[in-house]
Amino acid sequence: MKAAGAIVVLLFGSLLIYCTLDFPSWGDPTSPASTHVSPYYIENTLKDTSVPNIVTAVLADYRGYDTMFETIVIFSAGIACLFLLRRFKHVEPDTRLYRHVPTGITFRIEKGGRYPRESDLFERIDLQWVPHDLIIKTTCRMIIPFIQIFALYVIAHGHHSPGGGFQGGVILGASVILFAVSHNLRSSTNRISERNTVLLCTLGVFLYVATGGLSLLLGSNFLDYSALSQIFGVDPVTARSHGILLVEIGVGMAVMAVMISLYYNLASAGKQDEGL
Amino acid sequence: MLWLIQLIILIIVVITALAAITVRDLLGAAILFGAYSFMMCLLWAIMGAVDVAFTEASVGAGISTVLFVSAVFRTSRRTKD
Amino acid sequence: MHDLTLIIISKLNYWIYISLMMIGLYAMIVKNNLVKKIIGMNILQTAVILFFISIGAKNKATIPIIEHAHGPGDHAVSAVNYINPLPHVLMLTAIVVAVATLGVALALIIKLHQQYNTLEEDEILAQLKDN
Repeated sequence: MKAAGAIVVLLFGSLLIYCTLDFPSWGDPTSPASTHVSPYYIENTLKDTSVPNIVTAVLADYRGYDTMFETIVIFSAGIACLFLLRRFKHVEPDTRLYRHVPTGITFRIEKGGRYPRESDLFERIDLQWVPHDLIIKTTCRMIIPFIQIFALYVIAHGHHSPGGGFQGGVILGASVILFAVSHNLRSSTNRISERNTVLLCTLGVFLYVATGGLSLLLGSNFLDYSALSQIFGVDPVTARSHGILLVEIGVGMAVMAVMISLYYNLASAGKQDEGL
Repeated sequence: MLWLIQLIILIIVVITALAAITVRDLLGAAILFGAYSFMMCLLWAIMGAVDVAFTEASVGAGISTVLFVSAVFRTSRRTKD
Repeated sequence: MHDLTLIIISKLNYWIYISLMMIGLYAMIVKNNLVKKIIGMNILQTAVILFFISIGAKNKATIPIIEHAHGPGDHAVSAVNYINPLPHVLMLTAIVVAVATLGVALALIIKLHQQYNTLEEDEILAQLKDN
């Protein structure tokens, strides 16, 4: 097995190295990759869409159809993970662990005992017992709002600086995962439940497709944002810039929801009661 | 001068890639994979691909590592090979 | 001999990218543990993305964001001053697909572990043969 793998790898590697002998030298401005199609995009992006970031403009406007299907791919990955792992039947564990908040004493209650009522004095903790860490909890609680503001800035400022919908959506999802890791999974599920994540994801994809469908209804091609100038009341060039912002918001929402849903399902192996 | 930085980061990338598939502890392999992702992100930022580097920094060094660690947490941590 | 060293120096970085791809492919084929196979798959994916990004590089050119776009005066944008933005667009989609594949692959691994209680490929094949 190892010999067969090594032979295959050496064969492919030598074939690829033989092909690189014909490549243009590194950084050549007259290489074929840089002279056929890309000068058109570099020179005309600012005139057509008034968006300085060429990568965002090509991704969301000139090649918007591909980005729509990329969003659908990541949506279906989240749904597939949910179908694979999720177990809806709720099995009660035999023992529960509680912590008395004023003194910090942790005690366990076996099955058949009396559980304390819901109050501020008793806090339920996971079965993999971790010590109560005040520094991490407080620090994360203070940092998470700033992370979310930065993520919203990345989405909104994707026209002028590196960024865009996908990056901002991932950072938003990472902030919620930080909350779930520093506190416990149950407190995160209480705030953003599984039903809300699936709803957000669907809403993001729907926003993208609806923007394309709206330009179809207004008489132009699918995903041709210059038709939106009738709704916004600006010239077609600025309308394309606004259309790019709309679809970036849709992509950001879908990506955030899928990242959160992936973490919920993977960290609890489908049961969504205890996590990392 | 730029080629020197690129060469050093490339060597670190190859070393972390080899280490991530050789180490016997799966948690260590996940963390080494996070380091590999982050070094790749630096390499792309030096080559001028700032959007791609941003995406790889948030996805590879953030989400990917967390998903690997939670999957290792739910299955076994040691491996024979 | 002299032009051999010239060839090696000019193409060395392409050869390092190809060796990274082959490391990932080797890990996918040879390793027994399933998590190592997934790590190999991701190494292969990021090495291919690195190869594409290196094609778009240009000497003495800046990042593909047009400078002084909304300032005063007219802007003459010349394609020589900016690096090629099209490989970046393709590779953004490739990174998204990579993370989606990683999520589904890890879900499959957890499901396999719940069924067979091991993650080594030869043990799973032995249990399948027994049944």
